[in-house]
Amino acid sequence: MTAGLLFASVGVILFALGVAGVLLLEHLLRRILAFNIMGSGTFLVLVGLAQRNGIADPVPQAMVLTGIVVAVAATALALALARRLYVLTGKLELSQDDEA
Amino acid sequence: MSLEFAFDLLLVLTMVWSAWRSLSATRLDRAIVMFIVFGLLMALAWARLSAPDIGLAEAAIGAGLTGALLLDAYGALQRREI
Amino acid sequence: MKRLLVVLGAVCLIVLLLGAMHDLAPASVELHAAVAANLTASGVEHPVTAVLLNFRGYDTLLEIAVLLLALIVILAIGREEASNAEATVDVRLLVSPVLQTLAKLATPLMIMVAFYLLWAGSFRPGGAFQAGAVLAAAAVLLHLAELLPSWQSPGARLRLGLAGGFLIFLAVGAGSLMQGALLEYPLEQAGALILLIESGLTISLGLILAGLFLLLSRDDGETS
Repeated sequence: MTAGLLFASVGVILFALGVAGVLLLEHLLRRILAFNIMGSGTFLVLVGLAQRNGIADPVPQAMVLTGIVVAVAATALALALARRLYVLTGKLELSQDDEA
Repeated sequence: MSLEFAFDLLLVLTMVWSAWRSLSATRLDRAIVMFIVFGLLMALAWARLSAPDIGLAEAAIGAGLTGALLLDAYGALQRREI
Repeated sequence: MKRLLVVLGAVCLIVLLLGAMHDLAPASVELHAAVAANLTASGVEHPVTAVLLNFRGYDTLLEIAVLLLALIVILAIGREEASNAEATVDVRLLVSPVLQTLAKLATPLMIMVAFYLLWAGSFRPGGAFQAGAVLAAAAVLLHLAELLPSWQSPGARLRLGLAGGFLIFLAVGAGSLMQGALLEYPLEQAGALILLIESGLTISLGLILAGLFLLLSRDDGETS
């Protein structure tokens, strides 16, 4: 098993962990953490799987570099929205009965 | 089992553990600190995948800047609760 | 019940994805070989920079646009917040003079590291992203040492700096579109054009990433 395949497998586990976290955690900051772990898992799969034969591949590496910067922008945006929600409602959870 | 593979195995186990802790920690500040640890371990993983560019960016952005943003948000929440 | 279902689903996802990954046939396209073959035509010597700014330049163009968009949205959200934020007690921690001195000493070094990374990007690991991140980290450090206030509302010069990288990139893209194809640089000027774009990107990325932090932290700085 090459390092690429090993890290890609761990990326899958991290992705699943992140998905479970986004679905199960109520607190919005924790959800943002889970979302970031999901993203890290995706990046590992993208780079690790492309390098499963052991040769470094610059194309997915460049894409992941772009992805990391976009992920921090998404995190900052999510935090801004969460803080705004907290100012307006005093809560950091999404209410379940918003249809009513 | 070569030394490199043993290191990789140790690294991925620590990564999964820190990710799990950052999702399951009862205290939010510990969760955020575990997430920063996870980001730094990710930077190591990128170095192991011969991607030093991503490693640099992950250490500065993924661990540093995201961690600062999260801790700042946590601090603001604490201050409002007082 | 929900917890059980989600955990079960996550385990299924892991098993299926791992199975699919381990049965995967070898890639039919060797991208790293294609990059290596065309590296001499890209104007830079480092393959990741070549992919970022030449072969897949439109990815980077869209990325800086996305970052700018995120900053604009945060600016829009925060403005309203600043106007109706209620006054709360200021419990700002006292910053030690050691931290302030250290921040003052580290900032010039960090700026130098950023420019080194920018320059190194054309032939070894480094480039606009890492350089911008280091610049942003310097700004965050200064802010934490209370030497740099949060942004309330950026002025005209700051706005130009924030959008400058994107505008330079867009101008180069439009120029190359008139010459032939989008972001296809002429061979002789490729290196210089990439360096120009990267310099703009470094400044703008640094300002945008710093702005994400400085704008988010403003509601507990001056207003509260």
